[in-house]
Amino acid sequence: MTQPIVETRGLEMRFALPTHFLSREKPVLHALNGVDVSIQPGESFCVVGESGCGKTTLGRAIMGLLAPSAGEILFRDQRIDTMDERMRKPIRAEMQMVFQNPYASLNPRRNVFDTLAEPIRHLLPDTPAAEVREQVESVLAATGCDPSWQRRLPHEFSGGQRQRIAIARALVTNPAFIVADEPISALDVSIQAQILNLLTDLQADRGLTYLFITHDLSVVEHFGSRVAVMYLGQVMELAETQAIFAQPKHPYTRLLLEAIPKLEGGSFDKPRTPGELPDPVNLPVGCPFAPRCPLADARCRAERPKLRTLANGTQAACHHTE
Amino acid sequence: MISFSAFLKRFLSDPVAIGAGIVLLVLVLMAVLAPLIAPQNPYDPLQLDIMDSEMPPAWKPGGDERFLLGTDAQGRGVLSTIMYGTGISLLIGVGAVIVQAVLGITLGLIAGYKGGWIDSFLMRLADIQLSLSTLMMAIIALALFSAAFDANTYADYAIIMLILVIGIAEWPKFARTVRSSVLGEKKKEYVDAARVIGLPARRIMWGHILPNTLTPVLVISTIQVAEAIMIEASLSFLGLGMPTDRPSLGSLIRSGFEFIFSGSWWITLFPALVLIALVLSLNLLGDWLRDVLNPKLRRGED
Repeated sequence: MTQPIVETRGLEMRFALPTHFLSREKPVLHALNGVDVSIQPGESFCVVGESGCGKTTLGRAIMGLLAPSAGEILFRDQRIDTMDERMRKPIRAEMQMVFQNPYASLNPRRNVFDTLAEPIRHLLPDTPAAEVREQVESVLAATGCDPSWQRRLPHEFSGGQRQRIAIARALVTNPAFIVADEPISALDVSIQAQILNLLTDLQADRGLTYLFITHDLSVVEHFGSRVAVMYLGQVMELAETQAIFAQPKHPYTRLLLEAIPKLEGGSFDKPRTPGELPDPVNLPVGCPFAPRCPLADARCRAERPKLRTLANGTQAACHHTE
Repeated sequence: MISFSAFLKRFLSDPVAIGAGIVLLVLVLMAVLAPLIAPQNPYDPLQLDIMDSEMPPAWKPGGDERFLLGTDAQGRGVLSTIMYGTGISLLIGVGAVIVQAVLGITLGLIAGYKGGWIDSFLMRLADIQLSLSTLMMAIIALALFSAAFDANTYADYAIIMLILVIGIAEWPKFARTVRSSVLGEKKKEYVDAARVIGLPARRIMWGHILPNTLTPVLVISTIQVAEAIMIEASLSFLGLGMPTDRPSLGSLIRSGFEFIFSGSWWITLFPALVLIALVLSLNLLGDWLRDVLNPKLRRGED
């Protein structure tokens, strides 16, 4: 493997829950429990999982929107989570983010040009005005936006157009790495494919690396090169996309794949595995998936499995995969 | 923001806005141009004649053509004093709102964006401030001020004192409005997008969040001008506001009130009508602004 572009080591994220100021208990929500991922340059690294599994938290921690409680985040072997703002500035230009909701991710009082020019003006302040304009126009063209949009306000655009503008904003500083947090889930199905194709084309043109957060496995199949399946703040399985769909190793991955509605075969006929997510405030000692797992035994409930590499290269956190 | 031409178009299509705007414009012009157009300078004792006192309006028997709306007990023309007084009322109203807005927007932005104990502290401070009635605070402050200084000093600094007292007493209205908007805005992803590029908190607050909270700020600003004018009028009516030789609308109403039972109703009535027109037009314009500045109600005409 080459040098990873982004790497997390033992990343943990805990949120203190609001309490009464006299109460002794200090409940803590464990959003991420020791996540190790390393993303290679040029790949589309997908993170999938149910709501509340910590996939968005992972993306936001990598972008520096949240400060990790423990662990390290590295960008090209430089630790960025403890870096001071002045040192981090050039790295911020290399890392950008596309958000889920294009209706909220553009400032409604700013026209498209100002929105796109701001990252350049802040991160690369030496850029002359003419070059800023040139750069804005070139990313607009690259994302399929009309140059006449520059003086218009976000409310004049549709969701798909807005998401194109949001992608253009993420590209304007020529980043190498982009976190895309469910960038298509707020869009119409017909637009989703367009935006996905746009992301794929941009990757080919600019050699981008994506961290693609989604809950939609069919998108992963189309888009991802590697997939991390997350459950309750942990990576359960990490593998090449084909391997995950062809030979899912972890029982949770199998459950997710079975949950995809199919045209034939009647996936609704089979009895559903019962169970809910365990409480992320009081984590179980053993495997977090044990309460829902058909294979669970005493060892699963007592000992938390670690991510281990299997024969075909897949990594899975399960006692029953050996 | 809405473009000027669209703004004008919306204005011209609304008769209530036009009416309120015209009334306000006339009153403001009247106040600003008072030294040029007033028939008499009520501040100049040489132009006053005690023989002219308590003359009825010109169209009544006993009236004088020089004094269209009659005169008060000191022989000042009611029309001239209203012209000068409106200016003083407006000056205090606008000045107080600027003080309120600067204090309230700054504290509200910080409270809403920073959250935590800073937010709790500032909002409890606002609660304390609001639990003390503005009028009561102003009465205490102005009573102390007028007792501490002699009448001439008081007359010189009365405007500044009124602006500061009303401004400081009413800041929580701005702070709360701004804070509640900030709480809604700061969760939106455009704020995250600004944080992703490492924009400092100060620039996110003033550059990104504040412009999106300005709609309610503009609306309450106009309404607070009306409110400040009313508070000033109440204080002057109680004898704690502007002194009688530099009267605001409130002091004019007060000075006429003593003569209302002797039949000189015009000294009180005309300033009162102007006060009502001023406050009403400001409130109507405030409501209209709220409708126009809401970007969701606009349909891409700009």
